Amino acid sequence: MIEIRGLAKSYGDHQALSGVNLSIRPGEFVVVLGPSGAGKSTLLRCINRLIEPSAGDILVDGASLSSNRRDLRLLRRNVAMIFQQHNLVKRLSVLKNVLVGRMADLSPLLSSLQLFPEADVKIALHCLEQVAMVHKARNRADALSGGEQQRVGIARALAQQPKFMLADEPVASLDPKTSRTVLTYLKKSCKDSNIAVLCNLHQIDYALEFGERIIGLSGGAIVYDGAPSGVSGDVIRSIYPGLDDPNVLDAAQRLTERRRAAGEATMTPVASEGRA
Amino acid sequence: MSIGTLQFVVNKPRGPLGWWILLPILGLSSAALWWAAVGTQLSVSGLVAGLPWIGDFIGRMLPPNFAFMQKLVRPAVETVQIALWGTLLGVVLALPVCFFAARNLSPYAWVFHGLRQVLNVMRGINEIILALIFVAAVGLGPFAGVLAIAIHGAGMLGKFFAEAIEEIDEGPLDALRAAGAGTLQRIVFGVLPQVLPTWIGVVLYRFETNIRVSTVLGMVGAGGIGFELISSMKLFAYEDTAACVIVILVLVLAADLLSSKLRAMIR
Repeated sequence: MIEIRGLAKSYGDHQALSGVNLSIRPGEFVVVLGPSGAGKSTLLRCINRLIEPSAGDILVDGASLSSNRRDLRLLRRNVAMIFQQHNLVKRLSVLKNVLVGRMADLSPLLSSLQLFPEADVKIALHCLEQVAMVHKARNRADALSGGEQQRVGIARALAQQPKFMLADEPVASLDPKTSRTVLTYLKKSCKDSNIAVLCNLHQIDYALEFGERIIGLSGGAIVYDGAPSGVSGDVIRSIYPGLDDPNVLDAAQRLTERRRAAGEATMTPVASEGRA
Repeated sequence: MSIGTLQFVVNKPRGPLGWWILLPILGLSSAALWWAAVGTQLSVSGLVAGLPWIGDFIGRMLPPNFAFMQKLVRPAVETVQIALWGTLLGVVLALPVCFFAARNLSPYAWVFHGLRQVLNVMRGINEIILALIFVAAVGLGPFAGVLAIAIHGAGMLGKFFAEAIEEIDEGPLDALRAAGAGTLQRIVFGVLPQVLPTWIGVVLYRFETNIRVSTVLGMVGAGGIGFELISSMKLFAYEDTAACVIVILVLVLAADLLSSKLRAMIR
């Protein structure tokens, strides 16, 4: 269970985030929608303190974690991250990139000498299996395609065996087919390990398809927090102020209605389970 | 502006003067060049009058005394040895410093600025001057040359190493931080893989430069083939001088070839 209380970040006069409250249940797949500059990235980066928030608390399993060295390590061990540009180390092998996910628990000296415990190598290989990339374990990371690199990025995050995963626009630079593959791997592998995901997306259709819960962020504040079936044209308009593209609104409306119809048919017995 | 069917596509210089800005630039640079020409007594007639003397000098160097080359083997080898250890010690001195002299890794701004200044000073003093100092300190011989090259080289390498670090993609470093990796791990897995090819290139280039430098260090008594060169000239044994020049050229060209081949391999 991750709880965010009163999270705020300001840059000088500019308020990037103001009073964000969120609590995310174990294994939940949450999608954050919002226009560029709404504070989506800032929100994610404040949670693992890549950016130091101006105010607010981050609680992992009820324990508030501050920015001192010990808490930071604990926080980052529990919270993994996936980046838009995957941020793999290009000249290193796929396996070593995934082992980066184990680093918090490894001896700095031994790992720097390229010596890794067998158990950790096994975890890394298993994570590569989860995203079907184990056959490329010995390849250099820059020899892979964009989609493959992002799958390795997911494997690296999984290797942390986190409770919680932050995904910052993981498919923004991928084509539609690859995007779907990557999101499917992300959702499935996190479901398998009961990892909660907070995922920034730009594509409303993917958000409604993959998200179990949608957070709408606009101007640094949450304007919607609820089920995908509740995302109406009005909600879209409140998330993206000034958006008057009838195509987008229509498409969202249709997706929502279809989802609502399907949801009413299948979702009655079990709340959110088994819809991956 | 159009010339026939061609169009001149250059933006007008910014600022209120527009194209007129070229006038003061042209005036100032001509004045500076004239001033420097007077100061250096630049003269075409001087060069023309001197040409026969250059011819005379080259004439005296011919034919090169190839027999003298036997005596040059040892100093030539010493020259390479000076360059090798000078480069290596330079690397050893530069390595621990460069991480703190890179803007993006340095923990405090004053550390970064301070170290950059230290490197500037080390780099600012020419090897020959450093060699004079070290000859006074450790006596005549190649060791003084090694130290001179090491100090100057450390200033150079430290700056280039640090600049390579400043140019890395910081994304992977974010990923390492987000995964809870420590400082050493961030450097070994995030920084080094990105800078190593550049660093190796810089070191090879430095080695090539150091071979060139160590051929003249002997002139101030800091070992290597330069000593033979300068003494042959003092004895007016210009055929021997020619032999020295040939050996130096071979050394420099070989170093150049070797380093460019190696640099091509690591790309």
